[in-house]
Amino acid sequence: MSIDKRIVDDFVANGVEFVTTVPCKQLAGVIEELDQRDDVFHIPSNKEDEGMGLCAGAFMGGKRPAIIMQNTAIGVTINTLATLIQYYRMPLPMLISYRGELREPVACQVEMAVHTKALLAQMNIPTYHFHWQKDVEELDNILKYTFMCNKPVAILTDANFWGGYGDQ
Amino acid sequence: MIRSEILKEIAPILRDQLVVCNIGIPSQELHAIDDQPTNFYMLGTMGLASSIGLGVALAQDKKVISIDGDGSVLTNLGTLPTIANNVADNFILLIVDNGSYGSTGDQPTYAGMKTDLAKVAAACGCENVVECQAEDTGKVLQAAIDSDKMTIIVCKCESGNAKNPVITMDPVIIRDRFMKSVQA
Repeated sequence: MSIDKRIVDDFVANGVEFVTTVPCKQLAGVIEELDQRDDVFHIPSNKEDEGMGLCAGAFMGGKRPAIIMQNTAIGVTINTLATLIQYYRMPLPMLISYRGELREPVACQVEMAVHTKALLAQMNIPTYHFHWQKDVEELDNILKYTFMCNKPVAILTDANFWGGYGDQ
Repeated sequence: MIRSEILKEIAPILRDQLVVCNIGIPSQELHAIDDQPTNFYMLGTMGLASSIGLGVALAQDKKVISIDGDGSVLTNLGTLPTIANNVADNFILLIVDNGSYGSTGDQPTYAGMKTDLAKVAAACGCENVVECQAEDTGKVLQAAIDSDKMTIIVCKCESGNAKNPVITMDPVIIRDRFMKSVQA
């Protein structure tokens, strides 16, 4: 089974029906898989804070949400995480492409990568880092944990997890 | 008319609907005029009233009205293409356009200058965009509810704020009673 299908299967098995995305090359396969499924509603966002607003609404409307985005989005969404998702105590699994880590070809991506874990730690956001493909086995438990505790939870997925980035 | 006078006039229409209300003075005014468990007050996160409202509308069948402002829509302008391309016929976006950032001291917005939010919404692909004067808001809002079509209302009004206390209700209580109203 492809890693993309495995990830979407885990989301669906945990009742996630509403997924918003801002794309990343590493996440293209997951986004394509989402678009092929009838059991999950995919709504692309123009910016990640907008996406978190959509997810907050979907949750209050009775659907389990998730957001898929790059780690650069942590810089965009700190206020939304603090004053909407955390303040109103809402669950939000965040599947994050961890750009700027090992096997990254674009130097500028490293500039945000070095802040990513520190920012998530400062926000008291439970954070998991998938580096090897087998790490995906933890996803089901992470999703259960997220909806148990009603918190945003970060799943950082680096280039090595995705099998490298382009020719790197 | 200023925003608080509009909210007073449309309060009987809003009472039976799920309402997502914009941060700051708009929420304080609605809370003071007619607090309802069906009201979701935004206590932070400027700009997301339309996104939250669309999310609620897409997740279930009840009508949802987001009360937004021109300044907040400008903050999250990407919301209009998302709304246009994900039609929810149970969703109404009411933009109270007073041409100013009311909660921060009535500084002018670009919507009060050259930028026309009704035209922006139409250019983004929104199909039912109605611009109205403040006095007609109730009539236009009721027509939008009755139409069962997703509608964007741009309500032109004067700048100004009523004096009300800040909302001290716990955010989790606001969220919980709103969710219970959705499920009721």
